[in-house]
Amino acid sequence: MNAEERAAVLGFPSQVPIATEEKALYGLIAEFEEHDRLLSAARRAYAAGYREMDAYSPFPIEGLAEALGHEGSSVPFFTLVGGMAGGLGGYFMEWYSMARLYPLNVGGRPYNSWPNFIPVMFELTVLIASLSALVAMLVLNRLPQPHHPIFNAPEFERASIDRFFLCIETEDPKFERGGTWNFLEGLEPLKISEVWDE
Amino acid sequence: METIQGSEPQLLVPGKPYPVTLLGYPAELLSPRETYQSVSDQIAEEPLHHRHQKVWFLGFAIASTMLMVFGIAIGYLLFRGPGIWGINIPVAWGFAIVNFVWWIGIGHAGTFISAILLLLLQKWRTTINRFTEAMTLFAVICAGMFPLLHLGRPWVFYFIIPYPDTMALWPQFRSPLVWDLFAVSTYFTVSLIFWYIGVVPDLATVRDKARTKWKRILYGMGALGWRGSAKHWTHHQSAYLLLAGLATPLVLSVHSVVSFDFAVAQLPGWHSTIFPPYFVAGAIYSGFAMVLNLILPIRRIFGFQNLITVRTLNNMACVMLATGWMVAYGYIMEAFMAWYSGEAFERYIMWDRAFGDYGWVFWLLMAVNVFVPQLLWSRWVRTHTVPLFLVALSVNIGMWLERFVIVVQSLHRDFMPANWAMFYPTIWDWLTLLGSIGLFLTLMCLFIRYIPMISISESRELIAQRKEGRL
Repeated sequence: MNAEERAAVLGFPSQVPIATEEKALYGLIAEFEEHDRLLSAARRAYAAGYREMDAYSPFPIEGLAEALGHEGSSVPFFTLVGGMAGGLGGYFMEWYSMARLYPLNVGGRPYNSWPNFIPVMFELTVLIASLSALVAMLVLNRLPQPHHPIFNAPEFERASIDRFFLCIETEDPKFERGGTWNFLEGLEPLKISEVWDE
Repeated sequence: METIQGSEPQLLVPGKPYPVTLLGYPAELLSPRETYQSVSDQIAEEPLHHRHQKVWFLGFAIASTMLMVFGIAIGYLLFRGPGIWGINIPVAWGFAIVNFVWWIGIGHAGTFISAILLLLLQKWRTTINRFTEAMTLFAVICAGMFPLLHLGRPWVFYFIIPYPDTMALWPQFRSPLVWDLFAVSTYFTVSLIFWYIGVVPDLATVRDKARTKWKRILYGMGALGWRGSAKHWTHHQSAYLLLAGLATPLVLSVHSVVSFDFAVAQLPGWHSTIFPPYFVAGAIYSGFAMVLNLILPIRRIFGFQNLITVRTLNNMACVMLATGWMVAYGYIMEAFMAWYSGEAFERYIMWDRAFGDYGWVFWLLMAVNVFVPQLLWSRWVRTHTVPLFLVALSVNIGMWLERFVIVVQSLHRDFMPANWAMFYPTIWDWLTLLGSIGLFLTLMCLFIRYIPMISISESRELIAQRKEGRL
């Protein structure tokens, strides 16, 4: 297949080398200059029925995840569970070692002297909750992940500097090369590109 | 006079190089010229291009020389034992504990700025929080070394960690020293997590701006493959906010637990319920002083006046003034309670504090920690770097003296006159203190060289908020 034939199939001319077996289209990406443009683009894409998409920005944008239809974060849940496990586990450790394994009479205090056990219990609550928050954040974000097809997008390095991107992925049931390209053009981005997974 | 549009009125007054609020306070959070691109370039420049090589090498040379002194002091300590220090009975807690409390207090400002001020929506913290969090980490590293070195046999420190060992021993969970282990290690771990989660998006910026292969690989490893996607940010922001919420009670608990080391003992001068809040206030006080001592020269050397504005300096000075008065209240209450208790030993230790053998330390402490900081009432002092630097230095020395008075003066006169003795620091005491400052400064130098020292993504957020007129 040569470039003209491909342009006829795609419905638009493409700069990207002809796809081989290993290469697959990951999605189409649109680049914006301002965060509010990205936000309204995301809302319109969601309204147009696209679901498998993600937006990329150099700082967190309020309401962007909701606009894309992403669910809220479940990091708080895991943090709560971790914190409770840390607190209860910490108290259990103190009680079991001080009252069962190694009972020691200190100035006539009860073996289970709970007021003295609060500081360590509190610290362990915070420690395990924080570790849970970190692990939950990494696991839910699938990090560390050294390679991702989105990094192949042209100018994508600016997503961590000063540009805002919206990518509609091929996995979306409504994705269709020509149609999605036209839809993105309607959002008036600076630029639209294909993202190839190699 | 000219009015600038924004959410709060700002005026340009002749004679002031920055816009001010209606009451005349500096109003600018960030220079109005900044763009997403410009802050990214400016902050990522140091890790990538090392523009201020000469000054940096000079600082690093001094710091690492002091670090070598630390190595020698520790080496000799391990060889000969804590007898090389001036400690003895009754003053068994000398410089090691003074330094421990001083360092851990310094760390508190970092968490205060990054967590508590985040929850209080104080936007001026944005450009200093990364730096102060790093300061927290390094101060806690320095602090953590002292109790270990003080053990005499530091290599068996793990006896204090609870685990089912073959000796069937368990640590004494009713002891504040065990609480201390948990408080300090938790504090370090949580500060590290909080700092790292904040730094990941900025490492991604540095990765994307790097033009050589190795920098891209190394910063890329640090950035963990961060893409800045909406999904990433959602979880990231959630985790960041939760950690701020967790760090807030934590930072208040850590110095409270440190104060329990003293307050739970029955020694006059230590056995006091005001210790926890008074220690926490003192910690934030000395921490802000250390932030100012570090940030004022760095701001000038690296040209960050546009990001760390006079408003930030002024606010930090105000926090110092407020916490300084809380500490002064602590001093007054200590004296009042000693008198009001009617207890002979309590009254004596207070009288001895001011007029005994260490009286000169006490009056020096009052001078540098209570009287000199009153200069901060002057707006001129708060907004000019040299006087502000000197006041902060005075507070740092004062807070060290405060811990010296609490630890040494209280111990040297206990209930039995037969037990009374003076404490004189040896050269090794001083070299260990100097060396720990070297460790701190070395880590600080490495940090400003290799990690973006101001949060880039949060600075961009400020710019976006300004564009929306929300700043």
